[in-house]
Amino acid sequence: MTSATYHAPASIAEAVGLLSSDPAARIIAGGTDLIVQARAGRVKPGAYVDIKRISAAIGIRSFEGGFAIGAATPCTALLEHAALCAAWPGMVEAANLIGSVQVRNRATMGGNLCNASPAADSVPALIAAGATCLVAGPSGERVIPVTDIPSAPGRTSLAQGEFVVEIRLPAQPSGGSDAYLRAIPRTEMDIAVVGAGVSLVMDGGVCKSARVGLGAVAPTALLVEAAAAALIGTTLDDNALDAMGEAVSAACKPIDDKRGTASYRTHTAAVLARRAALIARDRAGAK
Amino acid sequence: MNDMSGKPQYRVVGTRPVRPDGIDKVTGKAVFSADHFVAGMIYGAILRSPHAHARIRSIDTSKAAALPGVKAVVTGADFPALKSMEVDLGEGGGDIVDMSVNCMARDKVFYDGHAVAAVAATSASIAAEALELITVDYEVLPHVTDLAAAMADDAPVLHARMRTKGLDTPSDKPTNVSMRFVMEKGDVAAGLARAKVVARGSFSSAPVHQGYLEPQACTVAYNSDGQVQIWASSQGAFMIRTVTAQVLNLPIADIRVTPLEIGGGFGGKTVIYLEPVAVLLSKKSGRPVRLAMSRSDVFRATGPAPGTICDVAIGCDENGIITGAEVTFSGSAGAFPGSGTHPAAVCSLAPYKIPDYRIVGHDVVTNMACTAAYRSPGAPPIIFAVESIVDELAGKLGMDPIDLRLRNAIQEGDPSPSGVPFGPIGLKEMLEAAKVHPHWSEPLEANQGRGIAAGYWPNFGGQSTASVSLTDDGTVIVTTGSPDIGGSRASMAMMAAEVIGLPYDSVRATVADTSSIGYSMLTGGSRTTFATGKAVVEATEKVVDGLKARAASIWGVDAGAVEWAGGEARCTAQDKEGTLSVRELCGKGGPISAEATVNPPDPGPGIAVQIVDVEVDPDTGTVTVLRVTALQDVGRAIHPSYVEGQMQGGVVQGIGWALNEGYVFNAKGQLDNAGFLDYRIPVASDLPMISTVMIEVPWPSHPFGVKGVGEAPICPPMGAVANAVSAATGVRMHHLPMSPDRILTEVAAAQ
Ligand SMILES: Cc1cc2nc3c(=O)[nH]c(=O)nc-3n(C[C@H](O)[C@H](O)[C@H](O)COP(=O)(O)OP(=O)(O)OC[C@H]3O[C@@H](n4cnc5c(N)ncnc54)[C@H](O)[C@@H]3O)c2cc1C
Repeated sequence: MTSATYHAPASIAEAVGLLSSDPAARIIAGGTDLIVQARAGRVKPGAYVDIKRISAAIGIRSFEGGFAIGAATPCTALLEHAALCAAWPGMVEAANLIGSVQVRNRATMGGNLCNASPAADSVPALIAAGATCLVAGPSGERVIPVTDIPSAPGRTSLAQGEFVVEIRLPAQPSGGSDAYLRAIPRTEMDIAVVGAGVSLVMDGGVCKSARVGLGAVAPTALLVEAAAAALIGTTLDDNALDAMGEAVSAACKPIDDKRGTASYRTHTAAVLARRAALIARDRAGAK
Repeated sequence: MNDMSGKPQYRVVGTRPVRPDGIDKVTGKAVFSADHFVAGMIYGAILRSPHAHARIRSIDTSKAAALPGVKAVVTGADFPALKSMEVDLGEGGGDIVDMSVNCMARDKVFYDGHAVAAVAATSASIAAEALELITVDYEVLPHVTDLAAAMADDAPVLHARMRTKGLDTPSDKPTNVSMRFVMEKGDVAAGLARAKVVARGSFSSAPVHQGYLEPQACTVAYNSDGQVQIWASSQGAFMIRTVTAQVLNLPIADIRVTPLEIGGGFGGKTVIYLEPVAVLLSKKSGRPVRLAMSRSDVFRATGPAPGTICDVAIGCDENGIITGAEVTFSGSAGAFPGSGTHPAAVCSLAPYKIPDYRIVGHDVVTNMACTAAYRSPGAPPIIFAVESIVDELAGKLGMDPIDLRLRNAIQEGDPSPSGVPFGPIGLKEMLEAAKVHPHWSEPLEANQGRGIAAGYWPNFGGQSTASVSLTDDGTVIVTTGSPDIGGSRASMAMMAAEVIGLPYDSVRATVADTSSIGYSMLTGGSRTTFATGKAVVEATEKVVDGLKARAASIWGVDAGAVEWAGGEARCTAQDKEGTLSVRELCGKGGPISAEATVNPPDPGPGIAVQIVDVEVDPDTGTVTVLRVTALQDVGRAIHPSYVEGQMQGGVVQGIGWALNEGYVFNAKGQLDNAGFLDYRIPVASDLPMISTVMIEVPWPSHPFGVKGVGEAPICPPMGAVANAVSAATGVRMHHLPMSPDRILTEVAAAQ
């Protein structure tokens, strides 16, 4: 039996080189998905490329009025960044629903996104926030929306040799905020049966713009434009929320599985999106 | 109420000292099964069936055996053929042939996870690689994991020779229903006909697992002279010894089992899985072998508690006096018979005086791991159904559910399910305490509901041995053969300290291996503090007699002239006076020690009542448990904290059973949630602090009045939670677990 090798490159170029030269190499960030999967025999990495020593992949900095979050930054570190928490409280909450404190001290949003679970908690919130990713690879760097990363359960659109260096959040306009809610049978240490993230901008009591992201209701997390459209131009009155709920349910293509039935998911997605929209509105108004 | 006036005053009993194993456990030093290491040890691994039901055509282990580092390979062919024989393990039991086949499949596999072959190798990774080199040729058979489906006429039959025992007219049709059991009194039809109000309903529950944190593991060394040493945690080292000897046709005295610290059992460690396999691997390899299960092995291959179906009808007159009751239920036993039908029947209606009743239970095999005991084995899901209907009855009568229970509650002198009159039993005291408890009258808000339920478990006595010996400095060693799963070493030391009159810290209690103490039944049936405690008290009394005799001879007086009090001998002869301490007495004149064996047939019953408040999110079906008050007749709490721990633990496991736990099988009959992520036991943040109210109604046949407390507290929670959810939603809940989607479905169906 051969055991996997471990590398901890210090630069993006070095990491890209290691990933390009070995098809069996896998990025490891927090390892809270990867190690569990390897121990269960579901994946057999030939090499682990640890990105936690790459300075560009660690930490949170201001970027174009918004933020750039290194892909290897643990979720609990987000809580310590006051400006980030003020601008994108729903996104920070979503990342800090993952597992337990111990898990989140390791787990990253980059790993959450690239693990490509349809139920990943931070992803609907990132989608609602309109986040993008800086991807580095053998042919240089590119910036793509987070929605483009997961392609199917457990699969990403990243090419061999590519990895996510940072996640970028746009500037939060005044009157803007966000929220994320998930349904789980327990209170923590669980996988979302449904997740809903809503970000919106309010102006004089009217919703100027909105984005709605859903998790665990389709093979990948969804951006539901029809749901956002139902909110824009309204005061988020009951009619608007009902219309949004219908758009959310219509967008759901869930499966029945051990974690929940398709009908439960479709129903609850609308309930959570509605509640998240109201929380986001109240947060926006409180600013 | 609990009258304290006549309560004896104790020095040690009723205090809360630190348990002797406490430091080891909180510092991580305690040695659990999978931690045990023996020089020269190699590593075993087990190949398990991916099929729920299949015939094994052949097994080819040649490639595995040829892998460098592999020292032994074992299959079912290495096990001796046995004659069918019932074995009673204290908390359940079964046929020795089934126990052997459950350790290693022969011609058929009966569930996903059934062991089919094993290897031992010089490293765990070589052992894992060797398993991949074993090829098993299976003929996959139709399977049945669902209880109702297993009872259907056209169900795939697991055991071709099985015929239903206990039928009025015996049938020769092969079946999965292993047994029908009837318990009745009077004329149920007449009883229900007399009723003014009848409530009825059909209930079901999914199989659940005990969820102990420590996976099964053992280390075994087989010597060429045939003597075997086994190190393993379990609820009974003597149980391991007996069953391993019987499965392998070995003399019992050739096996020595050393108990290791146990990381939870809850009944699940009253049976064996690995030990005979490890003995054979050790015998073949000539090396000590350690075998350990993974978490998914534990869920797939070790005993869950049965899933159930239960129909209940209870009728009462206009004053709420129950006139008749009918309970018909079935339990899924898994691969081999034994779902706890008899205890479930006994417990189902036990809290109430019912003139006419009929209880019919069925034990049904299914393609699931063979069930094992789980706190009050068999009873809790049937009690859930009965307590739901009692609640429904109270609703129909417009009567307070405590009042309805009080009107029908059994008390001392009423006939117990066995016919023998109940001894002192505190059900009425508990219901009265519940009624005046502030919890019962606290206002509730919208979407909140309150439920109450009772639950009974008869408890067990059984055989125990204890030995007590004095050391030169006057400190005391208490040795028993009862594995400590809930703080029993502390309780044993406390009872001995109370009797001898020394401080708790002067008495150390240990659990000995099977060659170092006389036979003791396993720790189960809530029997240890009662029965083993009784043995400890008797042995300590003998030691006190020895100390008095020693004092008498020193003083040259009759033994009758020596009194024992406050940990010292006092001379009562007129011409002499003085005292001699334990330390002064045991320093001279040879060792003082004593052993006592007991087999008490008369344990005190376990009975509990719980009040639960919940809030149900009407849009998502999510249940939040807001408040729980657990009341229990504990006889006498030797160590109140550990009694409270048992009560709280029972509530927690019961809440898991009520809300989220349950086996989920995929279309192939494989267990789909074989891990703690998707088999959802409660996490700390799911639960409020659970308040406890201990009602002490001492039990006369134990020197301090102990009643077993470990099992009764898991009987009421499912009924109490379901009644609370029903109160919050206005809809009766019929299925466990009451997961959020289930609740929304039941509410939608009712509307
Ligand atoms: C007990 C427990 C509870 C959990 N609870 C939750 C929960 O509530 N919600 C939830 O969403 N998840 C949960 N998870 C899953 C997991 O913790 C999260 O998905 C986490 O965010 C993964 O991050 P990581 O850094 O640990 O990823 P890793 O395990 O390091 O990586 C995950 C995958 O992504 C790849 N990868 C990582 N970083 C990059 C990158 N920068 N570029 C390209 N590929 C990359 C890896 O190769 C791997 O395939 C839980 C896990 C555990 C063990």
